Amino acid sequence: MGKQPEYKDWEEKELAASLKRFPERKKKFTNHGGEEIPRLAVPDQIGDQYLEKIGFPGRYPYTRGVQPTMYRGRLWTMRQYAGFSTASESNRRYRYLLEQGTTGLSIAFDLPTQIGYDSDHPMAAGEVGKVGVAIDSLADMEILFDGIPLDKVSTSMTINAPAAILLAMYAAVGEKQGVAVGKLKGTIQNDILKEYVARGTYIFPPWPSLRLITDIFKWCTEQTPEFNTISISGYHIREAGSTAVQEVAFTLANGITYVQAALDAGLELDYFAPRLSFFFNASSDLLEEVSKFRAARRLWARIMRERFNAVKPESRMLRFHTQTAGYTLAAQQIDNNIVRVALQALSAVLGGTQSLHTNSRDEALSLPTEDSVRTALRTQQVIAHESGVTNSVDPLAGSYFIEELTDRIEVQASELIEKIETAGGVVAAIEDGFIQRQIENSAYEYQQEIEKGERIIVGVNEFQIAEQTKPPLLRVDPEVENAQVRGLKALREKRDNKKVAEALANLSRCARTSANLMPEILAAVKTYATLGEICQVLREVFGEYRG
Amino acid sequence: MPEQKKTHRVLIGKPGLDGHDRGAKFIARALRDAGFEVVYTGIRRTPEEIAAAAIQEDVSAVGLSLLSGAHLSLFPAVVQALKNAGAGDIPVLGGGIIPDEDVALLKDAGIIEVYTPGTPVTQIIAAFRSACETQEAGRT
Amino acid sequence: MKSEDILKGLRDRDPRGIGRAISLVEENDPLADEILSSLDHSLIDQTTILGITGPPGAGKSTLTDRIITKYRSQGRRVGVIAVDPSSPISGGAILGDRVRMMGHALDQDVVVRSMATRGRLGGLCAAAGAAMRILAAGGCSIIIIETVGVGQSEMDIIRIADITALVLAPGLGDDIQAMKAGLLEVADILIVNKADCAGADTLAMDMESIARESGSKDKDKAKVCMTVASEGKGIDDLIAAIEAVDASHRESGERRTRRDRAYDLEVLDWALEMIKPSIIERINAWDHDRKGAPRRHAAKLLEQECLRISE
Repeated sequence: MGKQPEYKDWEEKELAASLKRFPERKKKFTNHGGEEIPRLAVPDQIGDQYLEKIGFPGRYPYTRGVQPTMYRGRLWTMRQYAGFSTASESNRRYRYLLEQGTTGLSIAFDLPTQIGYDSDHPMAAGEVGKVGVAIDSLADMEILFDGIPLDKVSTSMTINAPAAILLAMYAAVGEKQGVAVGKLKGTIQNDILKEYVARGTYIFPPWPSLRLITDIFKWCTEQTPEFNTISISGYHIREAGSTAVQEVAFTLANGITYVQAALDAGLELDYFAPRLSFFFNASSDLLEEVSKFRAARRLWARIMRERFNAVKPESRMLRFHTQTAGYTLAAQQIDNNIVRVALQALSAVLGGTQSLHTNSRDEALSLPTEDSVRTALRTQQVIAHESGVTNSVDPLAGSYFIEELTDRIEVQASELIEKIETAGGVVAAIEDGFIQRQIENSAYEYQQEIEKGERIIVGVNEFQIAEQTKPPLLRVDPEVENAQVRGLKALREKRDNKKVAEALANLSRCARTSANLMPEILAAVKTYATLGEICQVLREVFGEYRG
Repeated sequence: MPEQKKTHRVLIGKPGLDGHDRGAKFIARALRDAGFEVVYTGIRRTPEEIAAAAIQEDVSAVGLSLLSGAHLSLFPAVVQALKNAGAGDIPVLGGGIIPDEDVALLKDAGIIEVYTPGTPVTQIIAAFRSACETQEAGRT
Repeated sequence: MKSEDILKGLRDRDPRGIGRAISLVEENDPLADEILSSLDHSLIDQTTILGITGPPGAGKSTLTDRIITKYRSQGRRVGVIAVDPSSPISGGAILGDRVRMMGHALDQDVVVRSMATRGRLGGLCAAAGAAMRILAAGGCSIIIIETVGVGQSEMDIIRIADITALVLAPGLGDDIQAMKAGLLEVADILIVNKADCAGADTLAMDMESIARESGSKDKDKAKVCMTVASEGKGIDDLIAAIEAVDASHRESGERRTRRDRAYDLEVLDWALEMIKPSIIERINAWDHDRKGAPRRHAAKLLEQECLRISE
């Protein structure tokens, strides 16, 4: 291994600092045979082009990863997205996952919760507890985390339009457990822009939504320094049918919009930027996906440095969570999905993800069973402990193919971002449907290729068999909805309704000013005001977005 | 020179709160490319809103898509809403992530066809065409 | 269904009857004639027809949604005809304008009908005009025709409106250049939507200068309105402008002139629509040799057709 001056410089600076703070998992990484595996392979000659485009892990432009030692230091967080039915049922699943070695929780909320309706709202009919857990008030949240110490786990919450309310509930639960708010670790998705184009759980129009987001940025930076205030998500954009390039472009364009909104709200860049995180999709084209992650990291670093003049290295680092691609799962021969997920997960690891969710084999049919979830988690563990890809940092770097593809994705994504900016920015591009149309066209082409047999999906349009056995499915008992509604009714009778009304009136007043909404939301949550009641107050002030 | 053929009008809707419209939009476009006029309602509609739109637009069939698992309550609710509005003759087709054992339940509730992921689109288009023809033949 | 039932449905404001009636006309059904000739013409005379056009992405549907809300608050029954292009290849269409108006879906006094341009021989005036007449007979006192302002047939359709509003928004670039030529001439109101976006002020200045030049002895100067439809801003001013234009047109006789012109256009379109099937039949049946100028053949064909009709 060459010890060029640049390499030495990196070893002395970034690597030494990192090793001091986080020693590597093992003293020596060796193969079967005892040979030592290099931490980082580099070319013999390190030229300007290498430094500019590829560089060193933990150093700008971060193409090779955000940490100098990557998985030799610490494996990614294995974070399985879960939640269904009632809070107590989900609580059981979380405890099971923690016992099985999952290292972070990821909460799925049901659609009424995500759209700010209580379980007894007419729009909630039929949806309660279906795609996630139903949370109506702090009381549900207390049950959800019962016996799970919030200073020991990091919790990711897939919540967007009402993110501030769920975050406030989380903080209130922590307080009841005696955990200081500053000790809370986790992520809220809090990414409203992609909801307008790809996922659909919006409540308010774009501008008031952006205000809620910057209020959260501000509050979290002061109160919960270890919390990721947003997870800027390409995942759902890809699920909606975009290409890899579009996924990168639209996600980073959204990122730019959030940064600009926070700056416009008077926040200091290097104060909030280190807490921004990202969320990408790992789809089936293995090498393209690896290149995509690398390109996204480099492009974001350049945007943060060149456009926004970010100074802190952490402000320039794109840290991301990955989930394997739900849209690639087939309902036919579902065991094949295990293989798909393994390849997709591998791409995320080779691409340097910070945390990972692997889909379960039965998710094209319904919610995953416990057995399927375990296999999905085991897939990550096999990659982590058996595959050997974690022993060396960014092992595919320098491949002609990977580097060329990384460059191409970066260039094409950055052209697309420019196009959005000339059209007046993301919000304008959403309002006139530009982004939606692009995604729609890509989705249509992809599906047409499958219909025409130009794209082979194993077991779906080729290699089909007549299937006899039906896998066991997890179903949510329709009784869950009734039980949840009864619980909500009891809560409304039991709580101090005068306090609730006061808190909601305060919130309404605050929403009409430019003051930070978080303290008032937290106060309201603590009176056991429901999610629906809080959102209703904000709907009255902000209005509602219509798709 | 061909005579003008009758153009079928259909409505594609997404009841409930599920925002995943990739499938619905794909079907809408595939139907358009097969010569249908497709009224699209967008996401997050109530069964009553879908029924009202279907009637105002005078469509011959309604297609619903749902991935959230709420199909057992929401698909029949659309059938009922159409009946309540005096348009029980407009057939309803459904699709989405729907377990096999639910398909029979949905058919009992009046949904004439139910499609799950992996169904060839040609089959779905043929079902819409036949549903439209049956509905239109019953109009006179 | 018999025409009496449908006519009764229209009088009763039954949404199904209105929907069926428009379809029958769209399909050139034999019943269409009966229905259209039995409509209550006094209602049609009392209606105001507002045409809204503009390039894709300008925010027409959102604006229409807000205008509906405003008129509904005045207690008026509103009809909307939303026109989208048909695919020239398949003949199909995706009619998506409704999406932005679904907030009114359960309001019995908002009747929305999506309409595809279809491969019509004439313009769209016949079909849209008939739909307008049916909506008027169905009790709508204001009818909004929304159409994308590109292409000839969309230009034509707007000519059946009493008042025409052109919606523009900053950032649409070339589209606006193309619009200036044709539609600006017929627009009574120029709406600068997304007035809170960058470039709106420049666009508004452009529009003001065009508006100043737009007046002629036959036509008042266009009015310029600024709106942010997504937030409901500027809608009151827009409605006031619409009312002012309407009042002025009524006083000057412009409304009558336009109605007469629209009537003539509808007649022309109907004539072309009606003649089409038998011409096609003649071409199919005729054992012609496909030599010489097609124009000559056409003339001969028409001559025969005229003879047939006069007999």
